[in-house]
Amino acid sequence: MTQTPFQDSRLRVENLACRRGGRLIFDGVSLSLGNGEALALTGRNGAGKSSLIAMLCGRLRPDGGSIRIEGADEAELPELSHLVGHRDGLKTALTARENLAFAQDLLGSPAASPEAALEAVGLAHVATLPVGYLSAGQRRRVALARLLVSRRPYWLLDEPMAALDTASQAMLTGLMRAHLLMGGAILAATHGPLGLDEARELRIGP
Amino acid sequence: MRRAFIAILKRDLALAARAGGGGELALVFFLTLVVLVPFALGPDLNLLSRIGPAILWLGALLSVLIGLDRLFQSDEEDGSLELMRASSLPLEGAVLAKGLAHWLTTGLPLALVSPLLGLLVALPGEAVLPLFATLLVGTPALSFIGAAGAALAASLRRGGLIVPVLVAPLTIPVLIFGVSAANAALGGTVPFRTPFLILVALSLAAIVVGTLAAAAALRQPE
Repeated sequence: MTQTPFQDSRLRVENLACRRGGRLIFDGVSLSLGNGEALALTGRNGAGKSSLIAMLCGRLRPDGGSIRIEGADEAELPELSHLVGHRDGLKTALTARENLAFAQDLLGSPAASPEAALEAVGLAHVATLPVGYLSAGQRRRVALARLLVSRRPYWLLDEPMAALDTASQAMLTGLMRAHLLMGGAILAATHGPLGLDEARELRIGP
Repeated sequence: MRRAFIAILKRDLALAARAGGGGELALVFFLTLVVLVPFALGPDLNLLSRIGPAILWLGALLSVLIGLDRLFQSDEEDGSLELMRASSLPLEGAVLAKGLAHWLTTGLPLALVSPLLGLLVALPGEAVLPLFATLLVGTPALSFIGAAGAALAASLRRGGLIVPVLVAPLTIPVLIFGVSAANAALGGTVPFRTPFLILVALSLAAIVVGTLAAAAALRQPE
């Protein structure tokens, strides 16, 4: 596939606050993420990492602060980003290939074909198997293959390494490195290392 | 945008065909309900044929309602709804595609089997086609009014019966005009055309209002 670098844009989050069930989870979180940058979001369990990502994709209303994108022709973050979270977003009755073809049609700006994306995550052999038959780690890899079928500059990953074996973790690190080289940006909530030397770390919560 | 719309429609149809979605269950439920009624009423054929259209409409209404809670809930649970929110296709488009798929797999089959079930309630021959027509144009209203209710309950883990309870009162106008159009074909003072056209109007309005309401409910952040 021939690819041109992503258009310049920058995500700016200022003084974000999150309140869940009346309890303050975090406040005053600011971050800035631009082309070719990676940010590892760390913190204890319950520190609000997933909540922060949910706010970025518009699923949760911020209780203070602002999220905006500079550049990128007024596009909103949800339309510029890929989300791979705890829920894989896969239909168990459909095959891995069908799931990816659906994601590609839905998300637009097609990049790799579903077959090529499955090849890249090392799952070419299960392309025609319903996702319901796959293991948790394999499902996670199918969900990660979604990052490749449609071209979007921001990757929002919620514990992407969870359920992956060491070989798959290295594979994901490779994919992330390639994405950064193309001028993409990555924000990943994680407990373990991402394997990216250039990644900055943002620790939230106490 | 069009590609995304067709993708959702195709996916929901494939899921219904493969995973045995609510469609077949609704059909079996419809059959069960209509079979049970003559047993309850006794062997009075005149009574049966007089209330036949009402039984079939009530059966179709309940059959559509029972499967509704899964319409958005399953997508919410597995994260597919997040994908739809991230699409450049507005959520209204996604709801329209899902509502259409729901009607094609639930409402349409119910309308198609209604002439057959009409035999069970001794429906006179001249009323079979009008009843089929009312179900055909009336069931889209049920799917889309239902979509609005299903969207409200999408994030409830064990919504269960809440969707039918929420939606049933809103379907009263559809039931009234559906049954009165079908009854008009059996004779009476009202011509078939008047209630039938109102039923068509109700369906068209429900498609628009239901789509907008469901999308608004799904878009609402927590």
